[in-house]
Amino acid sequence: MAQPFMKKDDDRDDEVEYSPFLGIEKGAVLQEARVFNDPQLDARRCSQVITKLLYLLNQGETFTKVEATEVFFAVTKLFQSKDMGLRRMVYLMIKEISPSADEVIIVTSSLMKDMNSKIDMYRANAIRVLCRITDGTLLAQIERYLKQAIVDKNPVVASAALISGIHLLHTNPEIVKRWSNEVQEAVQSRAALVQFHALALLHQIRQNDRLAVSKLVTSLTRGTVRSPIAQCLLIRYTSQVIRESGNNTQTGDRPFYDFLESCLRHKSEMVIFESARAITELNGVTSRELAPAITVLQLFLSSSKPVLRFAAVRTLNKVAMTHPMSVTNCNIDMESLISDQNRSIATLAITTLLKTGNESSVDRLMKQITNFMSDIADEFKIVVVEAIRSLCLKFPLKYRSLMNFLSNILREEGGFDYKKAIVDSIVILIRDIPDAKETGLLHLCEFIEDCEFTYLSTQILHFLGIEGPKTSDPSKYIRFIYNRVHLENATVRASAVSTLARFGAAVDEIKPRIFVLLRRCLFDSDDEVRDRATLYLNTLGDDGSVVETDKDVNDFLFGPFDIPLVNLESSLKNYEPSEEAFNINSVPKEVKSQPLAEKKAPGKKPTGLGAPPSAPPSTTDAYERMLSSIPEFANFGKLFKSSPPVELTEAETEYAVNVVKHIFDRHVVFQYNCTNTIPEQLLEDVIVIVDSSDAEEFSEVFSKPLRSLPYDSPGQTFVAFEKPEGVPTVGKFSNTLKFFVKEVDPTTGETEDDGVEDEYQLEDLEVVSADYVLKLGVSNFRNAWESMGPDCERVDEYGLGPRESLAEAVNTVTNLLGLQPCEGTEVVPPNSRSHTCLLSGVFIGNVKVLVRLSFGLDGPKDVAMKLTVRSEDETVSDAIHEIVASG
Amino acid sequence: MASNGQCPSIKNILLLDSEGKRVAVKYYSDDWPTNNSKLAFEKFVFSKTLKTNARTEAEVTLLENNIIIYKFVQDLHFFVTGGDDENELILASVLQGFFDAVTLLLRSNVDKREALENLDLILLCLDEIVDGGIILETNGPLIAEKVTSHSLDADAPLSEQTLTQAWATAREHLTRTLLK
Repeated sequence: MAQPFMKKDDDRDDEVEYSPFLGIEKGAVLQEARVFNDPQLDARRCSQVITKLLYLLNQGETFTKVEATEVFFAVTKLFQSKDMGLRRMVYLMIKEISPSADEVIIVTSSLMKDMNSKIDMYRANAIRVLCRITDGTLLAQIERYLKQAIVDKNPVVASAALISGIHLLHTNPEIVKRWSNEVQEAVQSRAALVQFHALALLHQIRQNDRLAVSKLVTSLTRGTVRSPIAQCLLIRYTSQVIRESGNNTQTGDRPFYDFLESCLRHKSEMVIFESARAITELNGVTSRELAPAITVLQLFLSSSKPVLRFAAVRTLNKVAMTHPMSVTNCNIDMESLISDQNRSIATLAITTLLKTGNESSVDRLMKQITNFMSDIADEFKIVVVEAIRSLCLKFPLKYRSLMNFLSNILREEGGFDYKKAIVDSIVILIRDIPDAKETGLLHLCEFIEDCEFTYLSTQILHFLGIEGPKTSDPSKYIRFIYNRVHLENATVRASAVSTLARFGAAVDEIKPRIFVLLRRCLFDSDDEVRDRATLYLNTLGDDGSVVETDKDVNDFLFGPFDIPLVNLESSLKNYEPSEEAFNINSVPKEVKSQPLAEKKAPGKKPTGLGAPPSAPPSTTDAYERMLSSIPEFANFGKLFKSSPPVELTEAETEYAVNVVKHIFDRHVVFQYNCTNTIPEQLLEDVIVIVDSSDAEEFSEVFSKPLRSLPYDSPGQTFVAFEKPEGVPTVGKFSNTLKFFVKEVDPTTGETEDDGVEDEYQLEDLEVVSADYVLKLGVSNFRNAWESMGPDCERVDEYGLGPRESLAEAVNTVTNLLGLQPCEGTEVVPPNSRSHTCLLSGVFIGNVKVLVRLSFGLDGPKDVAMKLTVRSEDETVSDAIHEIVASG
Repeated sequence: MASNGQCPSIKNILLLDSEGKRVAVKYYSDDWPTNNSKLAFEKFVFSKTLKTNARTEAEVTLLENNIIIYKFVQDLHFFVTGGDDENELILASVLQGFFDAVTLLLRSNVDKREALENLDLILLCLDEIVDGGIILETNGPLIAEKVTSHSLDADAPLSEQTLTQAWATAREHLTRTLLK
């Protein structure tokens, strides 16, 4: 085939001459569509026009409502023609224009006629079209035909009906569910794909019935599955059944594992791969179970087909994250893939090797990677950079060569995301490997000398400001920073000024020199830069004297900014110019969405620059600061613990309220976070009325109402209770939200003067023993246990009764106690008959508590537990036992 | 993991020319709601795969959390896209089915001009492979047969082409080459 080259060139000229759609125009084609109305239909010509219309739609052209309706009506005329080719195009056209509900009626009779036609092709296609455009009411009329079609002897018709069933199940589940018997019959069909479609539909019909799914899988794994793709589907359903039943088996053997393993010997690669992948994804898969799957994947690695190599290496890459040792056998095959033509495969091979490699192979690997980095795309480079970062954290001794590698690639060309990944990695290495700090900072300094990304420059400058002053020779970074003031844009200049000031504030020796530099910045052309320089010069004491920087000044300039910007923004918007100056302390510090954001956070990877060492203060700190700013709470002493927010309202109600329980030594403060979700209302004097009649030992001492609660801006009201000191007093409280409602016109924002008093019932709130226990892990449980000694040890045994599983029992007790599981002992290996869980924490009154829980299975489901508590105070040990006894 | 317990699904099938322009495309998922986002995706995929050699064996890549299996012939680029937890080999079988069917339908003259001249067949072919994301058929000859079954009266099916027709096709190609 020597022609392709020539041909390519020719094609370019040809395209202009030969494309059948050259110069096509919507208006003209719509005109042409008039032939559909001719009394004597020319089937060939009509087909051509439809093709043109479809071409236009395919190219992204849109028809207006009127145009679409006209075309649709014209097309329906074509049902008169007996030409099969034309009919096919008509079906296609109807599906593409997807007529509106009132138009559908025009074609339904024609389509229903076709559904009962003797020609298989008509039946199959009419079903697909009709089900695509139909609505629920019509479906009832044609249901009978669809049921028939499912068991039609022509596989194309049966498949068409089954697939339509899968689509309709989303909109009309109750109708499709009635077809179970027919679908069941179709599962036994001899036609390969009919079986596949029937299986898919049957599973979807029964997916909420675990028992039925399990039965389905059991019968099919013993029977015959005719097509590879249906077999793949069966494997998916099987692993789903395994996943759902996994925890219940106690005999070591996993149900259906044999089936998955037998699929590894299937003749189709598709099935082999699907089952290998399913095995690697089993919960708590053992090395023995993994072995056969790894072996077939290893064979795939040397396949001639890129798709097969890719699939295998991608799966092995995932396995390497959890079972690196199982993958090491493949390392030799994997290394040969580094030079694979397909760069995706090469990248996956590299990152897998980085995960499974040992310390001695690091240098060799790095050499191979360096050669390969230049010719892969940015997104693959990012993957490699992330793999190298985790490798470096695994082998900190190798930081030198890995850091060198990172700095080398940092100098090369690359897009923003790639550079950001490298910078993030360096920052994380600096943070976690102290030895790497100085070299890392210098690499970053060199990078900002020639960095085209403002964002990265400012982030690095900020980071330098935090880390630089703590190094042995801070002055060597000054040059790099001051260069920015000369060479960069205003944003970078401004952050360079801030960084200089940080150095000045932190390191007294270089303070005078910093002042000289800052004074030069006073003549900058940009406002922000000048303002910052002035601010720093004035606050840091520009009197030439070398004085230690004031702590207050430091806090003011560089302390964490703990007011949520959203709240500040809304407060500033609401602020009306008046005698009274805007007071930043009046801005609410609590954002309702905060807990949500926190929940999401662990899912993300740590982004180096986003989380510098002086990271955002913990929630407890934030709460503590907020509470101490309220004078009435100031004398309660130190905050012991704040619970996570508990929702007191259903989602999407008029008023959303959640509560945080703050535990003090002798007091409990409930912080109600309220959000008003009605734009037409302004709430005033919001207070929660707490009925503590079910909590006798608590007495209300104080409540702080919320003066006004405008729409969508969260606010807090507090209620404080006194309780016996140092005792885990428990109780139940019922809450009612009380307030004055004022109507607001959402368009003008005007508020009516007179409000109406109203109440809103909230859910009950409980203070439980776990609220008095603070989670606090210990690094070495055994040492802590030994040093605590058996003086205040309390041991007892409990029968927990029948439990779903051991893991569930461990979980329940741990949550009940509210203690921190240590050394990963909260994870129960599957199928174990006994388990020991170690917990630690601090009890109210700052008493350390260590707990050893031994669980054992007693009989088929009954769980017995031995609870050993050690603490510094025997009453506390008793209290812990009481928690369990009463829970 | 999400693929467990779910039916294999296809997000789109693309047939682009050597400049990345559409010949025929079909989307089955809502990941690309507007025409512009579709075009952007096509451009992105095209440029990312352009330099690879996918002429003998189908190639594969992972872009924006989608698995893309592709194959190039002459000036045509075939793509099949699925989610990142989809079985690559299932997607590859769909691509192979599409490719085989197109080859049969275009009587082995797989290039852009031929594809555009027989666009109706290509569109019907897409319609017979996947319905709303669910795989209908992956066997190339079967797909081609379903597409051409209507033309029983007009043209003979491919396997039963008469000698005259074969001659006509050959002559047509000859004239075309001579005209260049």
